[in-house]
Amino acid sequence: MAEAELKHNRIERRTQVSEFQHSIFVLRELVSKDFKLKYRRSILGVAWSVLNPLMMMLVLTAVFSYMFRFEIENYPLYLILGNTLFTLMSNSTNGALRSIMDSAPLIKKVKINKIVFPLQKIVFELINFATSFIAVVIVMVFFRIAPTVNIVFLPLLLLYMVLFCSGLGMLLASAVVFFRDIEYLWSVLLTAWTYATPLFYPADLWPEWLAALEQLNPMYHYITYYRDIMLWNITPDLKMNLMCLGFAVVQFAIGLYVFRKTERKFVLHV
Amino acid sequence: MAKKLTPLEPLSEEVLAALRENNEAHKGIDPIIEIEDVQMIFNIANEQLTNLKEYFIKIAKGELFYREFIALKNVSLNIYPGERYGLVGINGSGKSTLLKCIAGVLDPTQGCVRCYGTMAPLIELGAGFDPELTARENTYLNGALLGYTKDFIDKNFDSIISFAEVEDFVDMPLKNYSSGMQARIAFAIATATIPDILVVDESLSVGDFKFRQKCEARINELVETHGTTLLFVSHNSDEVKRVCNRAIWIDRGTMRMVGDVDAVLDAYNAPEN
Repeated sequence: MAEAELKHNRIERRTQVSEFQHSIFVLRELVSKDFKLKYRRSILGVAWSVLNPLMMMLVLTAVFSYMFRFEIENYPLYLILGNTLFTLMSNSTNGALRSIMDSAPLIKKVKINKIVFPLQKIVFELINFATSFIAVVIVMVFFRIAPTVNIVFLPLLLLYMVLFCSGLGMLLASAVVFFRDIEYLWSVLLTAWTYATPLFYPADLWPEWLAALEQLNPMYHYITYYRDIMLWNITPDLKMNLMCLGFAVVQFAIGLYVFRKTERKFVLHV
Repeated sequence: MAKKLTPLEPLSEEVLAALRENNEAHKGIDPIIEIEDVQMIFNIANEQLTNLKEYFIKIAKGELFYREFIALKNVSLNIYPGERYGLVGINGSGKSTLLKCIAGVLDPTQGCVRCYGTMAPLIELGAGFDPELTARENTYLNGALLGYTKDFIDKNFDSIISFAEVEDFVDMPLKNYSSGMQARIAFAIATATIPDILVVDESLSVGDFKFRQKCEARINELVETHGTTLLFVSHNSDEVKRVCNRAIWIDRGTMRMVGDVDAVLDAYNAPEN
Protein backbone atom coordinates (compact mmCIF):
# COMPACT_ATOMS: atom_id res chain seq x y z
CA MET A 1 0.00 0.00 0.00
CA ALA A 2 2.74 2.38 1.03
CA GLU A 3 4.50 1.61 -2.17
CA ALA A 4 1.46 2.45 -4.27
CA GLU A 5 1.15 5.74 -2.44
CA LEU A 6 4.76 6.55 -3.08
CA LYS A 7 4.37 5.80 -6.74
CA HIS A 8 1.37 8.08 -6.86
CA ASN A 9 3.34 10.93 -5.32
CA ARG A 10 6.06 10.62 -7.83
CA ILE A 11 3.80 10.71 -10.80
CA GLU A 12 2.17 13.76 -9.39
CA ARG A 13 5.47 15.50 -8.94
CA ARG A 14 6.44 14.62 -12.43
CA THR A 15 3.46 16.26 -14.03
CA GLN A 16 3.88 19.35 -11.90
CA VAL A 17 6.30 20.86 -14.33
CA SER A 18 5.85 20.57 -18.06
CA GLU A 19 8.74 20.44 -20.43
CA PHE A 20 7.97 23.97 -21.53
CA GLN A 21 8.08 25.33 -17.99
CA HIS A 22 11.29 23.46 -17.41
CA SER A 23 12.90 24.99 -20.50
CA ILE A 24 11.85 28.45 -19.34
CA PHE A 25 13.50 27.89 -15.95
CA VAL A 26 16.67 26.61 -17.63
CA LEU A 27 16.65 29.61 -19.95
CA ARG A 28 16.30 31.96 -16.99
CA GLU A 29 19.18 30.36 -15.13
CA LEU A 30 21.41 30.43 -18.22
CA VAL A 31 20.69 34.10 -18.92
CA SER A 32 21.30 35.02 -15.31
CA LYS A 33 24.60 33.13 -15.50
CA ASP A 34 25.60 35.22 -18.53
CA PHE A 35 24.84 38.36 -16.59
CA LYS A 36 26.70 37.36 -13.48
CA LEU A 37 29.73 36.43 -15.54
CA LYS A 38 29.66 39.49 -17.73
CA TYR A 39 29.88 42.06 -14.99
CA ARG A 40 31.68 40.14 -12.27
CA ARG A 41 34.90 41.95 -11.39
CA SER A 42 34.15 45.09 -13.38
CA ILE A 43 33.87 48.13 -11.15
CA LEU A 44 31.12 49.91 -13.07
CA GLY A 45 29.25 46.68 -13.75
CA VAL A 46 25.94 47.10 -15.49
CA ALA A 47 26.65 50.79 -16.11
CA TRP A 48 28.84 49.66 -18.99
CA SER A 49 25.78 48.68 -20.96
CA VAL A 50 24.81 52.36 -20.93
CA LEU A 51 28.29 53.84 -21.19
CA ASN A 52 29.37 51.67 -24.07
CA PRO A 53 26.85 52.88 -26.68
CA LEU A 54 27.28 56.46 -25.44
CA MET A 55 31.03 56.38 -25.85
CA MET A 56 30.71 54.66 -29.20
CA MET A 57 28.34 57.40 -30.28
CA LEU A 58 30.78 60.10 -29.18
CA VAL A 59 33.59 58.53 -31.18
CA LEU A 60 31.48 58.09 -34.30
CA THR A 61 29.98 61.57 -33.99
CA ALA A 62 33.45 63.04 -33.73
CA VAL A 63 34.65 61.10 -36.75
CA PHE A 64 31.67 61.67 -38.98
CA SER A 65 30.71 65.24 -38.07
CA TYR A 66 34.18 66.66 -38.48
CA MET A 67 35.72 64.46 -41.12
CA PHE A 68 32.92 63.42 -43.46
CA ARG A 69 30.20 65.91 -42.62
CA PHE A 70 26.88 64.31 -43.34
CA GLU A 71 23.97 66.71 -43.32
CA ILE A 72 21.72 64.90 -40.88
CA GLU A 73 19.60 66.60 -38.30
CA ASN A 74 20.23 65.37 -34.75
CA TYR A 75 23.11 63.28 -35.97
CA PRO A 76 24.12 61.83 -32.55
CA LEU A 77 20.64 60.41 -32.05
CA TYR A 78 20.54 59.19 -35.63
CA LEU A 79 23.80 57.35 -34.94
CA ILE A 80 22.98 55.85 -31.58
CA LEU A 81 19.60 54.56 -32.73
CA GLY A 82 21.10 52.77 -35.69
CA ASN A 83 24.08 51.51 -33.75
CA THR A 84 22.23 50.05 -30.79
CA LEU A 85 19.70 48.26 -32.97
CA PHE A 86 22.39 46.88 -35.25
CA THR A 87 24.40 45.79 -32.20
CA LEU A 88 21.38 43.88 -30.96
CA MET A 89 21.37 41.92 -34.22
CA SER A 90 25.11 41.43 -34.54
CA ASN A 91 25.76 40.49 -30.90
CA SER A 92 22.81 38.14 -30.61
CA THR A 93 23.56 36.31 -33.85
CA ASN A 94 27.24 36.10 -32.94
CA GLY A 95 26.34 34.73 -29.53
CA ALA A 96 23.79 32.31 -30.92
CA LEU A 97 26.26 31.11 -33.51
CA ARG A 98 28.66 29.89 -30.85
CA SER A 99 25.95 28.79 -28.43
CA ILE A 100 25.66 25.15 -29.42
CA MET A 101 29.39 24.61 -29.73
CA ASP A 102 30.06 26.32 -26.41
CA SER A 103 27.42 24.20 -24.71
CA ALA A 104 29.02 20.98 -25.90
CA PRO A 105 29.78 19.78 -22.36
CA LEU A 106 26.12 20.25 -21.43
CA ILE A 107 24.71 18.67 -24.57
CA LYS A 108 26.86 15.62 -23.98
CA LYS A 109 25.84 15.29 -20.36
CA VAL A 110 22.17 16.04 -19.90
CA LYS A 111 18.95 15.70 -21.77
CA ILE A 112 17.91 19.21 -22.61
CA ASN A 113 15.84 21.13 -25.09
CA LYS A 114 18.69 22.46 -27.20
CA ILE A 115 16.78 25.45 -28.47
CA VAL A 116 17.41 27.18 -25.13
CA PHE A 117 21.04 27.82 -26.06
CA PRO A 118 20.54 30.15 -29.04
CA LEU A 119 17.53 31.74 -27.31
CA GLN A 120 19.67 32.36 -24.23
CA LYS A 121 21.91 34.64 -26.28
CA ILE A 122 18.97 36.44 -27.88
CA VAL A 123 17.35 37.15 -24.50
CA PHE A 124 20.69 38.24 -23.05
CA GLU A 125 21.25 40.73 -25.88
CA LEU A 126 17.67 41.93 -25.68
CA ILE A 127 18.24 42.86 -22.04
CA ASN A 128 21.48 44.60 -23.01
CA PHE A 129 19.53 46.48 -25.66
CA ALA A 130 17.02 47.56 -23.04
CA THR A 131 19.85 48.92 -20.89
CA SER A 132 21.37 50.68 -23.86
CA PHE A 133 18.00 52.35 -24.36
CA ILE A 134 18.89 54.40 -21.28
CA ALA A 135 21.74 55.81 -23.34
CA VAL A 136 19.24 56.72 -26.07
CA VAL A 137 17.12 58.51 -23.47
CA ILE A 138 20.18 60.40 -22.20
CA VAL A 139 20.94 61.59 -25.72
CA MET A 140 17.32 62.64 -26.25
CA VAL A 141 17.31 64.60 -23.01
CA PHE A 142 20.65 66.21 -23.81
CA PHE A 143 19.52 67.38 -27.25
CA ARG A 144 16.03 68.18 -26.01
CA ILE A 145 14.25 65.87 -28.40
CA ALA A 146 10.86 64.98 -27.03
CA PRO A 147 9.54 61.49 -27.64
CA THR A 148 6.39 61.32 -29.72
CA VAL A 149 3.35 59.13 -29.58
CA ASN A 150 4.94 56.93 -32.25
CA ILE A 151 7.02 55.35 -29.50
CA VAL A 152 4.11 52.95 -28.97
CA PHE A 153 5.40 51.08 -32.02
CA LEU A 154 8.60 50.17 -30.20
CA PRO A 155 7.32 46.84 -28.78
CA LEU A 156 6.25 45.85 -32.27
CA LEU A 157 9.72 46.58 -33.63
CA LEU A 158 11.27 44.55 -30.83
CA LEU A 159 8.99 41.64 -31.66
CA TYR A 160 10.15 41.75 -35.28
CA MET A 161 13.77 41.95 -34.16
CA VAL A 162 13.46 39.05 -31.73
CA LEU A 163 11.86 36.83 -34.35
CA PHE A 164 14.41 37.81 -36.97
CA CYS A 165 17.45 37.42 -34.70
CA SER A 166 16.22 34.13 -33.21
CA GLY A 167 15.66 32.69 -36.67
CA LEU A 168 19.05 33.82 -37.92
CA GLY A 169 20.69 32.70 -34.68
CA MET A 170 19.19 29.21 -34.82
CA LEU A 171 20.21 28.83 -38.45
CA LEU A 172 23.79 29.87 -37.73
CA ALA A 173 24.00 27.83 -34.53
CA SER A 174 23.11 24.61 -36.31
CA ALA A 175 25.09 25.34 -39.46
CA VAL A 176 28.29 26.03 -37.55
CA VAL A 177 28.10 22.67 -35.77
CA PHE A 178 28.65 20.99 -39.12
CA PHE A 179 30.85 23.60 -40.79
CA ARG A 180 33.11 25.52 -38.48
CA ASP A 181 34.21 27.96 -41.17
CA ILE A 182 30.85 29.68 -41.01
CA GLU A 183 32.04 31.36 -37.84
CA TYR A 184 34.79 33.20 -39.71
CA LEU A 185 32.60 33.83 -42.71
CA TRP A 186 29.95 35.36 -40.47
CA SER A 187 32.29 37.90 -38.89
CA VAL A 188 33.24 39.11 -42.39
CA LEU A 189 29.62 39.20 -43.47
CA LEU A 190 28.68 41.21 -40.39
CA THR A 191 31.31 43.80 -41.22
CA ALA A 192 30.01 44.03 -44.76
CA TRP A 193 26.48 44.27 -43.44
CA THR A 194 27.49 47.12 -41.11
CA TYR A 195 28.63 49.18 -44.07
CA ALA A 196 25.73 48.12 -46.28
CA THR A 197 23.28 49.47 -43.73
CA PRO A 198 22.91 53.25 -43.31
CA LEU A 199 24.14 53.38 -39.73
CA PHE A 200 26.28 56.49 -39.90
CA TYR A 201 25.51 57.83 -43.36
CA PRO A 202 22.16 58.90 -44.87
CA ALA A 203 20.38 56.42 -47.12
CA ASP A 204 19.96 59.01 -49.87
CA LEU A 205 23.68 58.75 -50.62
CA TRP A 206 22.94 55.51 -52.42
CA PRO A 207 22.83 55.35 -56.19
CA GLU A 208 19.51 54.17 -57.56
CA TRP A 209 20.52 50.58 -58.23
CA LEU A 210 21.83 50.15 -54.70
CA ALA A 211 18.72 51.68 -53.20
CA ALA A 212 16.67 49.06 -55.06
CA LEU A 213 18.94 46.32 -53.75
CA GLU A 214 18.69 47.65 -50.20
CA GLN A 215 14.99 46.82 -50.20
CA LEU A 216 16.20 43.26 -49.56
CA ASN A 217 18.26 44.28 -46.53
CA PRO A 218 16.08 43.57 -43.48
CA MET A 219 18.30 45.64 -41.20
CA TYR A 220 17.74 48.68 -43.43
CA HIS A 221 14.01 48.37 -42.82
CA TYR A 222 14.33 47.77 -39.09
CA ILE A 223 16.64 50.71 -38.60
CA THR A 224 14.47 52.98 -40.71
CA TYR A 225 11.51 51.86 -38.63
CA TYR A 226 13.37 52.63 -35.41
CA ARG A 227 14.41 56.10 -36.56
CA ASP A 228 10.94 56.82 -37.92
CA ILE A 229 9.31 56.23 -34.56
CA MET A 230 12.05 57.67 -32.35
CA LEU A 231 13.50 60.53 -34.36
CA TRP A 232 11.47 61.61 -37.39
CA ASN A 233 8.06 61.22 -35.82
CA ILE A 234 6.72 59.20 -38.74
CA THR A 235 4.04 56.59 -38.12
CA PRO A 236 5.10 53.37 -39.84
CA ASP A 237 2.40 52.46 -42.35
CA LEU A 238 0.93 49.04 -42.94
CA LYS A 239 3.27 48.28 -45.83
CA MET A 240 6.30 48.99 -43.66
CA ASN A 241 4.95 46.81 -40.87
CA LEU A 242 4.14 43.94 -43.21
CA MET A 243 7.57 44.15 -44.76
CA CYS A 244 9.31 44.00 -41.36
CA LEU A 245 7.03 41.24 -40.15
CA GLY A 246 7.57 39.30 -43.37
CA PHE A 247 11.36 39.28 -43.05
CA ALA A 248 11.04 38.25 -39.40
CA VAL A 249 8.59 35.42 -39.94
CA VAL A 250 10.39 33.96 -42.95
CA GLN A 251 13.75 34.08 -41.18
CA PHE A 252 12.30 32.59 -38.02
CA ALA A 253 10.60 29.77 -39.92
CA ILE A 254 13.78 28.87 -41.80
CA GLY A 255 15.88 28.97 -38.64
CA LEU A 256 13.45 26.89 -36.61
CA TYR A 257 13.07 24.32 -39.40
CA VAL A 258 16.81 23.84 -39.87
CA PHE A 259 17.41 23.72 -36.13
CA ARG A 260 14.71 21.14 -35.48
CA LYS A 261 15.91 19.04 -38.41
CA THR A 262 19.51 18.91 -37.25
CA GLU A 263 19.41 19.13 -33.45
CA ARG A 264 19.41 15.35 -32.96
CA LYS A 265 22.82 15.17 -34.62
CA PHE A 266 24.45 17.97 -32.60
CA VAL A 267 25.65 15.62 -29.89
CA LEU A 268 27.63 13.63 -32.44
CA HIS A 269 29.40 16.66 -33.91
CA VAL A 270 30.10 19.14 -31.13
CA MET B 1 17.34 11.43 -45.89
CA ALA B 2 16.62 7.79 -46.69
CA LYS B 3 19.22 5.65 -45.12
CA LYS B 4 19.77 1.96 -45.44
CA LEU B 5 19.30 0.32 -42.07
CA THR B 6 22.12 -1.79 -40.82
CA PRO B 7 20.79 -5.19 -39.81
CA LEU B 8 20.76 -5.90 -36.11
CA GLU B 9 22.97 -8.58 -34.77
CA PRO B 10 20.66 -11.32 -33.48
CA LEU B 11 20.69 -11.97 -29.76
CA SER B 12 21.81 -15.39 -28.65
CA GLU B 13 19.23 -17.99 -27.64
CA GLU B 14 20.55 -17.89 -24.10
CA VAL B 15 19.97 -14.16 -23.75
CA LEU B 16 16.53 -14.37 -25.36
CA ALA B 17 15.54 -17.14 -22.97
CA ALA B 18 16.75 -15.10 -19.99
CA LEU B 19 14.78 -12.07 -21.18
CA ARG B 20 11.63 -14.14 -21.65
CA GLU B 21 12.03 -15.67 -18.26
CA ASN B 22 12.31 -12.27 -16.60
CA ASN B 23 9.28 -10.96 -18.50
CA GLU B 24 7.31 -14.01 -17.35
CA ALA B 25 8.35 -13.44 -13.75
CA HIS B 26 6.96 -9.89 -13.93
CA LYS B 27 3.73 -10.78 -15.63
CA GLY B 28 1.12 -8.07 -15.07
CA ILE B 29 3.66 -5.41 -14.10
CA ASP B 30 4.52 -2.69 -16.60
CA PRO B 31 8.21 -2.20 -17.21
CA ILE B 32 9.64 1.14 -16.11
CA ILE B 33 12.21 1.16 -18.91
CA GLU B 34 11.69 -0.49 -22.28
CA ILE B 35 14.74 -0.87 -24.46
CA GLU B 36 13.76 -2.10 -27.89
CA ASP B 37 16.25 -3.26 -30.53
CA VAL B 38 18.61 -0.42 -29.81
CA GLN B 39 21.43 0.12 -32.23
CA MET B 40 23.82 3.02 -32.05
CA ILE B 41 26.10 3.87 -34.94
CA PHE B 42 28.70 6.61 -34.87
CA ASN B 43 29.99 7.99 -38.13
CA ILE B 44 33.66 8.44 -37.92
CA ALA B 45 34.71 10.65 -40.79
CA ASN B 46 37.86 9.34 -42.42
CA GLU B 47 39.16 12.84 -42.22
CA GLN B 48 37.91 15.58 -39.99
CA LEU B 49 35.75 17.48 -42.44
CA THR B 50 34.46 20.59 -40.80
CA ASN B 51 35.63 22.79 -43.60
CA LEU B 52 33.20 23.88 -46.29
CA LYS B 53 35.66 23.98 -49.17
CA GLU B 54 36.96 20.49 -48.52
CA TYR B 55 33.44 19.24 -48.06
CA PHE B 56 32.31 20.47 -51.47
CA ILE B 57 35.43 19.18 -53.14
CA LYS B 58 34.86 15.77 -51.61
CA ILE B 59 31.22 15.76 -52.65
CA ALA B 60 32.16 16.78 -56.19
CA LYS B 61 34.68 13.99 -56.38
CA GLY B 62 32.24 11.56 -54.79
CA GLU B 63 34.76 10.79 -52.12
CA LEU B 64 32.75 11.49 -49.03
CA PHE B 65 33.17 8.32 -47.05
CA TYR B 66 32.38 7.64 -43.48
CA ARG B 67 33.60 4.73 -41.52
CA GLU B 68 30.85 3.41 -39.33
CA PHE B 69 31.45 2.39 -35.80
CA ILE B 70 28.66 0.33 -34.33
CA ALA B 71 28.77 1.05 -30.63
CA LEU B 72 25.63 -0.89 -29.81
CA LYS B 73 24.64 -3.73 -32.11
CA ASN B 74 21.47 -4.93 -30.49
CA VAL B 75 20.16 -4.32 -27.03
CA SER B 76 16.64 -5.27 -25.99
CA LEU B 77 15.55 -5.32 -22.42
CA ASN B 78 12.61 -4.63 -20.17
CA ILE B 79 13.51 -3.26 -16.79
CA TYR B 80 10.85 -3.54 -14.09
CA PRO B 81 10.32 -1.23 -11.11
CA GLY B 82 12.63 -2.02 -8.24
CA GLU B 83 15.12 -4.05 -10.25
CA ARG B 84 18.75 -3.23 -9.66
CA TYR B 85 20.83 -3.85 -12.74
CA GLY B 86 24.59 -3.90 -12.85
CA LEU B 87 26.21 -3.31 -16.22
CA VAL B 88 29.55 -4.97 -16.74
CA GLY B 89 31.88 -5.20 -19.68
CA ILE B 90 35.37 -4.15 -20.65
CA ASN B 91 36.25 -0.57 -21.63
CA GLY B 92 34.72 0.45 -24.93
CA SER B 93 32.10 -2.29 -24.92
CA GLY B 94 29.23 0.18 -25.02
CA LYS B 95 28.10 0.49 -21.40
CA SER B 96 28.24 4.25 -21.26
CA THR B 97 26.66 4.58 -24.70
CA LEU B 98 23.74 2.49 -23.49
CA LEU B 99 23.38 4.59 -20.35
CA LYS B 100 23.41 7.76 -22.41
CA CYS B 101 20.70 6.35 -24.66
CA ILE B 102 18.61 5.57 -21.59
CA ALA B 103 19.24 9.01 -20.11
CA GLY B 104 18.12 10.61 -23.40
CA VAL B 105 21.45 12.30 -24.12
CA LEU B 106 21.99 10.20 -27.23
CA ASP B 107 19.30 9.17 -29.69
CA PRO B 108 19.69 5.59 -30.83
CA THR B 109 20.24 5.16 -34.57
CA GLN B 110 17.62 2.43 -34.60
CA GLY B 111 15.18 1.17 -32.03
CA CYS B 112 13.98 3.12 -29.06
CA VAL B 113 14.19 3.56 -25.33
CA ARG B 114 11.09 4.44 -23.33
CA CYS B 115 11.25 5.49 -19.69
CA TYR B 116 8.19 5.83 -17.51
CA GLY B 117 9.33 7.85 -14.55
CA THR B 118 11.66 10.51 -13.27
CA MET B 119 15.33 9.86 -13.67
CA ALA B 120 18.43 11.01 -11.84
CA PRO B 121 21.35 10.45 -14.16
CA LEU B 122 24.66 10.28 -12.30
CA ILE B 123 26.47 9.80 -15.57
CA GLU B 124 28.67 12.81 -15.63
CA LEU B 125 28.20 14.89 -12.56
CA GLY B 126 28.19 18.63 -12.41
CA ALA B 127 26.75 19.44 -15.82
CA GLY B 128 26.94 23.17 -16.40
CA PHE B 129 29.10 23.93 -13.39
CA ASP B 130 30.83 27.21 -13.98
CA PRO B 131 34.04 27.85 -12.03
CA GLU B 132 33.35 31.60 -11.76
CA LEU B 133 29.96 31.16 -10.13
CA THR B 134 29.48 30.45 -6.44
CA ALA B 135 28.29 27.12 -5.10
CA ARG B 136 24.86 28.61 -4.53
CA GLU B 137 24.55 29.88 -8.10
CA ASN B 138 25.86 26.62 -9.49
CA THR B 139 23.35 24.64 -7.45
CA TYR B 140 20.48 26.50 -9.07
CA LEU B 141 21.95 26.24 -12.55
CA ASN B 142 22.78 22.56 -12.27
CA GLY B 143 19.45 21.84 -10.61
CA ALA B 144 17.61 23.56 -13.45
CA LEU B 145 19.49 21.46 -15.97
CA LEU B 146 18.57 18.31 -14.07
CA GLY B 147 14.90 19.19 -14.32
CA TYR B 148 14.22 20.60 -10.84
CA THR B 149 11.90 23.50 -10.28
CA LYS B 150 12.98 26.64 -8.48
CA ASP B 151 10.70 25.80 -5.54
CA PHE B 152 12.24 22.39 -5.24
CA ILE B 153 15.77 23.80 -5.11
CA ASP B 154 14.73 26.52 -2.65
CA LYS B 155 13.27 23.88 -0.34
CA ASN B 156 16.17 21.46 -0.62
CA PHE B 157 19.04 23.90 -0.78
CA ASP B 158 20.09 23.50 2.85
CA SER B 159 20.01 19.74 2.77
CA ILE B 160 22.07 19.69 -0.46
CA ILE B 161 24.71 21.91 1.10
CA SER B 162 24.80 19.96 4.33
CA PHE B 163 25.00 16.63 2.50
CA ALA B 164 27.96 17.97 0.54
CA GLU B 165 29.44 19.35 3.77
CA VAL B 166 30.33 22.73 2.27
CA GLU B 167 28.19 24.97 4.53
CA ASP B 168 30.99 27.44 5.15
CA PHE B 169 31.78 28.02 1.48
CA VAL B 170 28.37 28.49 -0.09
CA ASP B 171 29.14 31.91 -1.52
CA MET B 172 32.63 31.19 -2.70
CA PRO B 173 33.32 30.77 -6.44
CA LEU B 174 33.55 27.14 -7.41
CA LYS B 175 37.05 27.53 -8.81
CA ASN B 176 38.34 27.78 -5.28
CA TYR B 177 36.91 24.37 -4.41
CA SER B 178 38.90 21.18 -4.59
CA SER B 179 37.72 18.69 -7.19
CA GLY B 180 36.49 16.39 -4.44
CA MET B 181 34.35 19.15 -2.96
CA GLN B 182 32.90 19.94 -6.39
CA ALA B 183 32.03 16.29 -6.87
CA ARG B 184 30.32 16.24 -3.50
CA ILE B 185 28.09 19.17 -4.41
CA ALA B 186 27.33 17.60 -7.78
CA PHE B 187 26.36 14.31 -6.18
CA ALA B 188 24.28 16.05 -3.54
CA ILE B 189 22.32 17.99 -6.17
CA ALA B 190 21.79 14.95 -8.37
CA THR B 191 20.41 12.85 -5.52
CA ALA B 192 18.36 15.56 -3.82
CA THR B 193 15.26 14.19 -5.48
CA ILE B 194 13.75 10.76 -5.03
CA PRO B 195 13.87 9.49 -8.58
CA ASP B 196 12.05 6.49 -10.04
CA ILE B 197 15.20 5.55 -11.90
CA LEU B 198 18.75 6.11 -10.78
CA VAL B 199 21.54 5.74 -13.33
CA VAL B 200 25.04 5.57 -11.90
CA ASP B 201 28.14 5.48 -14.06
CA GLU B 202 31.37 5.03 -12.15
CA SER B 203 31.01 8.55 -10.92
CA LEU B 204 31.54 7.58 -7.34
CA SER B 205 35.23 7.01 -7.77
CA VAL B 206 35.76 10.66 -6.82
CA GLY B 207 35.81 12.09 -3.36
CA ASP B 208 37.41 10.70 -0.28
CA PHE B 209 36.72 7.34 1.33
CA LYS B 210 34.15 8.69 3.76
CA PHE B 211 32.21 10.47 1.06
CA ARG B 212 32.12 7.35 -1.13
CA GLN B 213 30.60 5.46 1.75
CA LYS B 214 28.06 8.22 2.15
CA CYS B 215 27.21 8.03 -1.57
CA GLU B 216 26.73 4.29 -1.43
CA ALA B 217 24.56 4.69 1.64
CA ARG B 218 22.43 7.27 -0.17
CA ILE B 219 22.04 4.98 -3.19
CA ASN B 220 21.09 2.11 -0.91
CA GLU B 221 18.58 4.31 0.86
CA LEU B 222 16.94 5.28 -2.42
CA VAL B 223 16.85 1.70 -3.61
CA GLU B 224 15.71 0.06 -0.41
CA THR B 225 13.32 2.52 1.20
CA HIS B 226 12.00 4.20 -1.92
CA GLY B 227 12.08 1.30 -4.36
CA THR B 228 14.10 3.23 -6.93
CA THR B 229 15.12 1.25 -9.99
CA LEU B 230 18.87 1.23 -10.38
CA LEU B 231 21.26 0.98 -13.32
CA PHE B 232 24.79 0.73 -12.11
CA VAL B 233 28.02 0.63 -14.09
CA SER B 234 31.16 -0.35 -12.27
CA HIS B 235 34.36 -2.27 -12.82
CA ASN B 236 34.34 -3.36 -9.23
CA SER B 237 32.63 -6.74 -9.12
CA ASP B 238 32.22 -6.74 -5.35
CA GLU B 239 30.47 -3.40 -5.47
CA VAL B 240 28.12 -4.61 -8.21
CA LYS B 241 27.28 -7.74 -6.26
CA ARG B 242 26.66 -5.69 -3.15
CA VAL B 243 24.34 -3.17 -4.78
CA CYS B 244 22.60 -5.04 -7.61
CA ASN B 245 20.37 -8.08 -7.93
CA ARG B 246 20.60 -8.52 -11.69
CA ALA B 247 23.33 -7.89 -14.23
CA ILE B 248 23.95 -7.46 -17.94
CA TRP B 249 27.24 -8.29 -19.54
CA ILE B 250 27.85 -6.15 -22.60
CA ASP B 251 30.48 -7.32 -25.00
CA ARG B 252 31.39 -5.40 -28.14
CA GLY B 253 28.01 -3.71 -28.34
CA THR B 254 25.82 -6.70 -27.82
CA MET B 255 24.31 -8.41 -24.80
CA ARG B 256 26.48 -11.38 -24.01
CA MET B 257 24.60 -12.45 -20.92
CA VAL B 258 21.77 -11.24 -18.73
CA GLY B 259 20.37 -12.63 -15.51
CA ASP B 260 21.05 -13.02 -11.82
CA VAL B 261 23.95 -10.86 -10.66
CA ASP B 262 26.04 -13.72 -9.27
CA ALA B 263 25.71 -15.91 -12.35
CA VAL B 264 26.58 -13.10 -14.77
CA LEU B 265 29.51 -11.82 -12.76
CA ASP B 266 30.92 -15.30 -12.26
CA ALA B 267 30.80 -15.89 -16.00
CA TYR B 268 32.30 -12.45 -16.66
CA ASN B 269 35.12 -13.00 -14.22
CA ALA B 270 35.76 -16.58 -15.36
CA PRO B 271 39.44 -17.08 -16.25
CA GLU B 272 38.78 -18.25 -19.83
CA ASN B 273 37.12 -14.91 -20.68
